[in-house]
Amino acid sequence: MLVLFWTDLLIFVLLAAAIAFSVYAYRREHLRAPWRRVGRSRVAMGALVILSAYVAVGLLDSIHYRQELETRTAGGQSQYSNEVLSLFDWMVMPLKTRGEKTYSAPFATHLYAKETVERADGSQQRLYPRLVFGGAQLRDPAERGADIAQRATIGALKGSALWLLVATFVVQAAAWRSGTGFRLLAAEIRGDLTMTRWRAALLTFLVLLVIVFVAAELSSGYHILGTDKVGESVFYQTLKSIRTGLVIGTLTTLVMLPFAILLGIMAGYFGGWVDDVIQYIYTTLNSIPGVLLIAAAVLMLQVYLDNRSAEFASVAERADLRLLFLCLILGVTSWTGLCRYLRGESLKLREIDYVQAATALGVGHFTIIVRHLLPNVMHIVLITVVLDFSGLVLAEAVLSYVQIGVDPTMNSWGNMINSARLEMAREPIVWWSLFAAFLFMFTLVLAANLFSDAVRDAFDPRLRNR
Amino acid sequence: MIAYIVRRLLYAIPILIGVNLLTFVLFFVVNTPDDIARSQLGDRRVTQEAIDSWKAVNGYDRPIVFNTKVAGVEKLTNTIFFDKSVRLFAFDFGRSDSGRDISYDISQRMWPSLVIAVPTLLVGILVNITFAMLIAFFRATYIDFWGVVLCVILLSISSLFYIIAGQYLLSKLFHLVPISGYDTGLNALKFLILPVVISVIHGIGSGTRWYRTIFLEEIGKDYVRTARAKGLGEGIVLFRHVLKNAMIPILTGVVVVLPLLFMGSLITESFFGIPGLGSYTIEGIQRQDFAIVRSMVFLGSVLYIFGLILTDISYTLVDPRVRFS
Repeated sequence: MLVLFWTDLLIFVLLAAAIAFSVYAYRREHLRAPWRRVGRSRVAMGALVILSAYVAVGLLDSIHYRQELETRTAGGQSQYSNEVLSLFDWMVMPLKTRGEKTYSAPFATHLYAKETVERADGSQQRLYPRLVFGGAQLRDPAERGADIAQRATIGALKGSALWLLVATFVVQAAAWRSGTGFRLLAAEIRGDLTMTRWRAALLTFLVLLVIVFVAAELSSGYHILGTDKVGESVFYQTLKSIRTGLVIGTLTTLVMLPFAILLGIMAGYFGGWVDDVIQYIYTTLNSIPGVLLIAAAVLMLQVYLDNRSAEFASVAERADLRLLFLCLILGVTSWTGLCRYLRGESLKLREIDYVQAATALGVGHFTIIVRHLLPNVMHIVLITVVLDFSGLVLAEAVLSYVQIGVDPTMNSWGNMINSARLEMAREPIVWWSLFAAFLFMFTLVLAANLFSDAVRDAFDPRLRNR
Repeated sequence: MIAYIVRRLLYAIPILIGVNLLTFVLFFVVNTPDDIARSQLGDRRVTQEAIDSWKAVNGYDRPIVFNTKVAGVEKLTNTIFFDKSVRLFAFDFGRSDSGRDISYDISQRMWPSLVIAVPTLLVGILVNITFAMLIAFFRATYIDFWGVVLCVILLSISSLFYIIAGQYLLSKLFHLVPISGYDTGLNALKFLILPVVISVIHGIGSGTRWYRTIFLEEIGKDYVRTARAKGLGEGIVLFRHVLKNAMIPILTGVVVVLPLLFMGSLITESFFGIPGLGSYTIEGIQRQDFAIVRSMVFLGSVLYIFGLILTDISYTLVDPRVRFS
């Protein structure tokens, strides 16, 4: 049975909007040109591949369902499990189900803590017990190195083979479209002579595929990023956190955009008392330090949810609602900058000849705003959206640390760091949760930063002519 | 000048009223006082008597905006709105939900915050300007390229990792400085080094990149070409001409955060156990002490608005082209 959370719905609305916009932009040369400039940056193409991988995981993790149970009710109707799973959970089910007792280091064959074990002759001994799943296929733990190397090689070969297949297909398709021969195009890409830097994208894709397959191959025998306190795979946790990070980074902007665009353009275009009122609103909101406003709002939300906890069907649903509200609150605190920027731009555009001409011809305010102002500020909106993304992903971690972030039951990098922080004092140190969160968050934020810089350089008319 | 400042101060009043109303709605209208009492007392099956007595002790037992039970001015003053929100304008923060005097706590805890925040700001500016000047000096070379790449990498790392890594490396591995804590007088020094160093390193990425953009923008201007045409060396052009002019945007960017230094940094202070206003706010949030959070929201807004006014004044002081209007 499919389950649709509020954030899922909004993600798919966002996806549909993005697809619609790219189809629209693809048909118009003036909108395509800046994107072509983005494609000319090697870094941007590489970052785009990484970002797409994250988005793919996030989207798969947004299709939720509830498993049908074996048992049926007396009336013969099917029953559904209380646990909400996602398509992504289904794909990585072994990661989710193969838990250990408690901590274990990455690639470990033994548990992190000693346990009292009863031996066959009845005597008791304190030792590190073997893991239930990690390295269980090894008869002797000493064979581990060879086993890991073998699995990694198989994974790398599989990844490269798939890459070869996909790359051939992509180049073939591109060759058909452009009318150049396959060999010629392949040689051009190899020499990095194409306008759009396909070589950078394909190479990143190769690295990505190899990593994914090596990780998958190794995961079948080991916990590649260890397990946490209750024995859950850290690799699974950090993969699940991707969706949370993406939701915060994208839905927040989606929430704030209508306000910022509408109010900003209205303030600049109409001027007078409209301008005064809108300026007053955003100065007031802007005066409250962001973290404090978020703290106040989340505290209130907590009280609200606590007192109405009976109304939610599941913990996941409540956590999802909290995530959505967090996006709303972050949106409320972050729209003022864009709004101010758009107001300034509209003030300038209002005086430009074609707007004056439209006014003189008797075109209505609404039409002028939609036809003449909106398309001319869209580049600012786009630049802000991509620049804000990485900041929001980072903010999630900090907010979760202060306990005003996402629900503690939800997988997120902030929650991972928060729980890992307390384990830093242990000896030997439990570092893998922290490392996993760091690795995945850093990759996402770095890719987003590099990509957004390229987008800004391509879209900002002031930077274009440098 | 004075007329200008007075006008700016008057303009701040409606904004503060707006902030006050907003926080009031957030704290008292979204949830009723009963809900707040229930979450404070912590138990779902708490009795109505317990709720009523908690409300009476903490002053939540009155009507929200209009009291019909009393006469005269009291109709307006004997309400939650007047007691909890209007009093903030006189900086009368009242008592926290756990019964402590908030004004006293603030006056005590703002000093550790300042002791951390001021050196962080000063050292940070110095370091960032130095790096940005270096990168600008070697612009359009490999040093410039890799410098910017390094900045992007630095600013892609969450602040939490800087703190955890710094605490682990400097304190746990090398035993150079204590992990966390605070002391009075000169003894505080050894507790200050780590937070300041980490905060400065955390700021390098975004700071250097921002200053670099400012420097490059200035370098592209006509007066720089003139200076070079006169035969001045690149070093003198950068330090005498570009740096001076670039100080205008840098200075105004710094002035706006000056008053907020009092508030301290939430994350740094709570990680390092420094008893400043930042960790005070965090404690308030974690104990769900609404009186503290409300006071800090108001204080933060006042300081921010004050910072904006200071910025405008500093513009007119450093840049003679700007006039009061």
